[in-house]
Amino acid sequence: MSTAVATPALVASGLTAAQVRRERRFAGYTFFLAVLSAAVLLPAAEGSATFLMNAGRTVATLPDLVVPVAPLLIGITLACLYATFLLWTHRTAGRAVTIVGVTSGLFVLGYLAYAVDGQSASMVGLLRGTISASTPIAFGALCGVLCERAGVINIAIEGQFLAAAFTGAVVGSVSGSPWIGLAGGVLAGVLIAAMLAALSIRYKADQIVVGVVLIVFATGFTSFLATQVLSGSPQLNSPRRFSSIAIPGLSELPFVGPLLFNLTPLTYTMLLLTLALHVALFRTRWGLRLRSVGEKPRAADTVGINVNRTRWRAVLLGGAVAGLGGSWFTLDSVGAFNDEMTGGRGFIALAAMLVGRYSPIGAFGAALLFGFATAFADALQILSTGVPSSLLRTAPYVVTIFVVAGLVGRLRPPAADGQPYETE
Amino acid sequence: MAPFPRCSGLDVPRFPPPAAPARVRDRSGSCPGESQLVRLELRGITKRFPGVVANDSVDLIVEPGEVHGLLGENGAGKSTLMNVLYGLYKADEGAIVLDGEPLELHGPGDAIAAGIGMVHQHFMLVPVFTVAENITLGVELTSGFGGKLDRRAASDAVRELAESSRLPVDPDAIVEDLPVGLQQRVEILKALYREARLLILDEPTAVLTPQEANDLFEAVRAFVADGERSVVFISHKLREHRIIADRVSVLRRGAIVGTADPREASEQELADLMVGRPVDLVVDKQPARPQDVALRVTGLCLRDAGGRALVDGVDLDVHRGEIVAVAGIEGNGQTQFVRAVTGLESTFEGEIEVDGRSIRGRTRKDVLRSGVGHVPEDRSSEGLVGDFTVAENLVLDLWDAPPFARRGSRDFEAIAEHARHEVADFDVRTPSVNTPVANLSGGNQQKVVIAREFHGPLALLVAAQPTRGVDVGSIEHIHASIVAKRDEGTGVLIVSSELDEVLALADRVAVMFRGKLVGPFPAGTYSKDAIGLMMAGADPADVAEEAR
Amino acid sequence: MNDEPNVPPADDPEADIAAAAERERESATHKAPLGAPATQRFVAAITGTSVVVTILAFVSAIVLGALVITFSDDAALEALGYVTSRPSDFLSAAGSAVYDAYHALVTGSLGGLGQLSETLVAATPLIATGLAVAIPLRAGLFNIGAEGQVIAGGLTAGIVGFSLSGWPIVIHLPLAVLAGLGGAALMGWLPGVLKARTGAHEVITTIMLNNTAALTTTYLLSTAFIRNPTRNDPISKGIAESARFPRFPGLGSYRVNVSIILVIVLAIIAFWLLERSTTGFELNAVGSNPVAATSAGMSPNRAIIIAMAIGGAMAGAAGAAEILGIQGRITDGFSAGIGFDGITVALLGRGSVGGTVAAGLLFGALKSGGRAMQAQTGTSLDLVVVIQALIIVFIAAPGLVRALYRIKADDGLGTTRVAKGWGS
Repeated sequence: MSTAVATPALVASGLTAAQVRRERRFAGYTFFLAVLSAAVLLPAAEGSATFLMNAGRTVATLPDLVVPVAPLLIGITLACLYATFLLWTHRTAGRAVTIVGVTSGLFVLGYLAYAVDGQSASMVGLLRGTISASTPIAFGALCGVLCERAGVINIAIEGQFLAAAFTGAVVGSVSGSPWIGLAGGVLAGVLIAAMLAALSIRYKADQIVVGVVLIVFATGFTSFLATQVLSGSPQLNSPRRFSSIAIPGLSELPFVGPLLFNLTPLTYTMLLLTLALHVALFRTRWGLRLRSVGEKPRAADTVGINVNRTRWRAVLLGGAVAGLGGSWFTLDSVGAFNDEMTGGRGFIALAAMLVGRYSPIGAFGAALLFGFATAFADALQILSTGVPSSLLRTAPYVVTIFVVAGLVGRLRPPAADGQPYETE
Repeated sequence: MAPFPRCSGLDVPRFPPPAAPARVRDRSGSCPGESQLVRLELRGITKRFPGVVANDSVDLIVEPGEVHGLLGENGAGKSTLMNVLYGLYKADEGAIVLDGEPLELHGPGDAIAAGIGMVHQHFMLVPVFTVAENITLGVELTSGFGGKLDRRAASDAVRELAESSRLPVDPDAIVEDLPVGLQQRVEILKALYREARLLILDEPTAVLTPQEANDLFEAVRAFVADGERSVVFISHKLREHRIIADRVSVLRRGAIVGTADPREASEQELADLMVGRPVDLVVDKQPARPQDVALRVTGLCLRDAGGRALVDGVDLDVHRGEIVAVAGIEGNGQTQFVRAVTGLESTFEGEIEVDGRSIRGRTRKDVLRSGVGHVPEDRSSEGLVGDFTVAENLVLDLWDAPPFARRGSRDFEAIAEHARHEVADFDVRTPSVNTPVANLSGGNQQKVVIAREFHGPLALLVAAQPTRGVDVGSIEHIHASIVAKRDEGTGVLIVSSELDEVLALADRVAVMFRGKLVGPFPAGTYSKDAIGLMMAGADPADVAEEAR
Repeated sequence: MNDEPNVPPADDPEADIAAAAERERESATHKAPLGAPATQRFVAAITGTSVVVTILAFVSAIVLGALVITFSDDAALEALGYVTSRPSDFLSAAGSAVYDAYHALVTGSLGGLGQLSETLVAATPLIATGLAVAIPLRAGLFNIGAEGQVIAGGLTAGIVGFSLSGWPIVIHLPLAVLAGLGGAALMGWLPGVLKARTGAHEVITTIMLNNTAALTTTYLLSTAFIRNPTRNDPISKGIAESARFPRFPGLGSYRVNVSIILVIVLAIIAFWLLERSTTGFELNAVGSNPVAATSAGMSPNRAIIIAMAIGGAMAGAAGAAEILGIQGRITDGFSAGIGFDGITVALLGRGSVGGTVAAGLLFGALKSGGRAMQAQTGTSLDLVVVIQALIIVFIAAPGLVRALYRIKADDGLGTTRVAKGWGS
């Protein structure tokens, strides 16, 4: 494809042709950001943006953040240009991705200031929205990490979400308790996982095909039941939602209190589960065996580890985690089931897993990024910046494409990911 | 049958009995196997695969304290037999008897429990795990709550085992960063950690330098020195059996055709037994008549993603009408070297010219069509599309060139006609030219690759491991074809880790070690042992002293 | 784990050939080698176990669908309440529910000229989207983005369709169709380029592009350029009569139109492309073994981009057929999932052109019959989606069908395989 010739200087810096091309591409991107910031945003800057740092009742209040927009945008433009210079001349010391990430973050900040210019916006609200929106994505990504670390590609997260959201809504409505609804949602996630496991582990079907088909199945089945059953009986589709639980004391800290210590049970679970799975995967016997099965199943088999049983368990556990994420839609966020309400977030979860490089904490970090894209678009919608809301709502999807295209090339998946294990 | 008497007067000095017997880690407090003699018996093992009987009623006895050689060609069924013994395959018929007790194997776990350990030809190691994690996988040391791994205890245990069995290795190294020789050591330690009393070594020397192989033989001797433990040693190399084995059983077409004392039977006898007909061990060729330069490589450097040099300043000329062979242990940069020379690597420092024209900036397609043939290292993954037919694979590199295609449309008649011709010429054994190539045997697949890459007038032919995994009959045919190609006036570059192949074919020999090329020297300048030493990094000047 | 089983003894030509022939028999003959004589391919297709599996998959899905109908039918559920005392009530209630639904399904798709017309109308875009998935599938790519490509194609075709006027139909219609193919081809080209240049996995990028395309359409329908000024709801201006697919002479009262001819012509082109052309050879080689294809001098990146762009163009035909043939204007969500249906169509057709056309006709019949079923018996159309998904589940896992029906194991049986992990 390429006929790029590495010059001696580049070779001395230890870059391959692919890396050289990548850094040039990144440089083009940061330059584009600089131009946007200077030519589009800066001319419209007139005053200052106010970010509210307080919410609810806290023991102390922080001063609100007042940012003069024009100087900020000038600074960001210069930062973007500096990043372009570093990338174009390959003075990145292997931190090209970090540079691009920081630059993008700065630009987003600048855009936010531009949008808020002359008005005020709640920083706490924006970040709370981020954590909330990232909850299902993080659950889905953790499910993906579990399955793929064990060597089973799970594209069906979207289907698990839908099944769990539907079941959670119905069981929650019938029982009157969101907790029982949650149990139902988890069970539905496990059920889809069992189908995935049976088809891909037992019957060795193509895992991507099975995953997509399971999504089609779950979509069709939940839509079918929603039309057939729920539309006629709204009492089956009005579960009680989880409410936020404030942790006494901590929740009254300024800024971090409302942000981190007054969340819904599902979000707390997500945060704890991320940590627990990270430790379990990398520090315990269970995790070592699970990873060995995904990296080199035959090696695991030759030391007496039952490969397929390990995979089954990982996929089912992943299904339970995805079930938590699916239940979020009906038991935490919306409070009723709608057709295809998950809106592709199962796929964004997959992207988060890839960007997080198959590690629970990394996946959580990536989920926060996608959650921020959603919360950001929501916040802008309120601020009425002139950008139509339907275009704003593309933000998480466009961010996903950018991030996946920018980062996944360097990814190293578990070596046996997607390969059925044949004992003979 | 009585335990086989130990012989003396070997090619390598016998390893002296260790001062302290090489001990097996004892985690249970007692060592149940200490006085237990393992006598293994295979009775009538039969294993069938679609289209092939891999093992045909095999009987085999391994006595305690014995190194039992298993000799056979590629595809004779050696590995299958050992995988049955290790519980990876289930035999269709027959029984495994260990110390008079029939052994039911439902998986490798059962074999391990019975004291059987196996070092596979393709290592059973998780590349991204540490040495200690690999060795303890399945019998992990844990501490505290919830199965938390005790990494320090594992490291210490592995270090202790490595030292006591004289196979030192860093327990905290990541396996994929280790050279193959050390990886093999990890495999052996893995078996020892599980207190193996019968160790199966499947083609262990394939990845080792001759010197490393000698180290391995010493470790094997130490292992069986107590007269209780035993080893099954699989190899297709006669010489190695003569060095290490107490007895050797010869496997041909899945059946045992004889058991012999390898030091009494002659090499020719064993070879004939293995192949089933007299074998011509030498390649018949005239002296080379070198002509113009077909390939000129100057100052070639290739680097990995981290900037490390994989090929480091290589200069080499290959003339039309000669065979230059590059010997070397795998992983010393040959793969990258061949990729660059055949136009698969777009970024390189230095210069590569084929027939006087630089290949820089040219596509692989362009390079191939300017008269380069390339027999890749791994035919099934690099050389063939398994789902495609024999006919389609024979035109895989000329798919859009006349006469096989016109105006974007493929000409099936021309393709089939060409295929019938090549199949007859190269003796490819296939039911029809429309058979998917994946259904052919390994040797016949290789013939398809060779037929395609040898097609037409070539300036340069590059063949990497041209006879790997190919049976003896096909090897003779492939070697003869290579020599014929040379005599047509093609420059031939062979890259091989099989020293015998290099010596049989080459007009000039070079050795590649850690990305640097030594030579080429005219064939016969150095002895086989000397080249073996160079493959392990010895300086030619020093070797010359020794050789003379 | 090693290739020993593949290596029969030396020096015995007869044995070599016999072993190869046996392996050829064992490995399923569902796909006769490319370039084999047509008769041979036909015989292979008929005798191949895969046909049996396909039929059994269909039967199994119908049976499971019947269960779904039963358990969502009020009368049957009521009778189930006292099934132990009067089982015949439940059986007859279930029987009549299932019979009514399936009877409506069959008569609604094949029961008369009007029904056949509707079947063809439904099948036309499905064949096109099926090809949109099948062509990339042959190059080893899973194009989940047919939906977005349908939207892009319908949008561009529609814009050309309403913005020009006074042109003769022989110019305007082809122009609009070409615009549709081109717009969709670009939409397919993009993930192809992203995959080739950066390794971004097409499953993720295409899903994200689907969402982006849908939201962008929503936005565009609100702009003055596209929106019909006489309407309040988001609907585009009407397509000029000169850009509409004409109906067939003598069948003017039926909706079936010339777009079916367009799709058949495209299918023939696709057949030539995949089975007869050098480009198709390249696509197949890259899909089957990219390393060997590269080694033979082919360019996997080029093949990836070509396959995705051509696939996109096929989906564009579906969009054009919908907008220019049936709907006559662009609406929000006009694609209505036909892109996703294309996935099931292509998988049922196992990636072959003939199979895809047949599967498209079958699913078209299911769809038109499903509408009749929904109208007559109140069973939701989504049931058809469930049945389709179930068929593919069985197709993707022939082992499952064999286990269900105790068919003798026959291992090489062609599972449709696309999974190659997440690496580039």
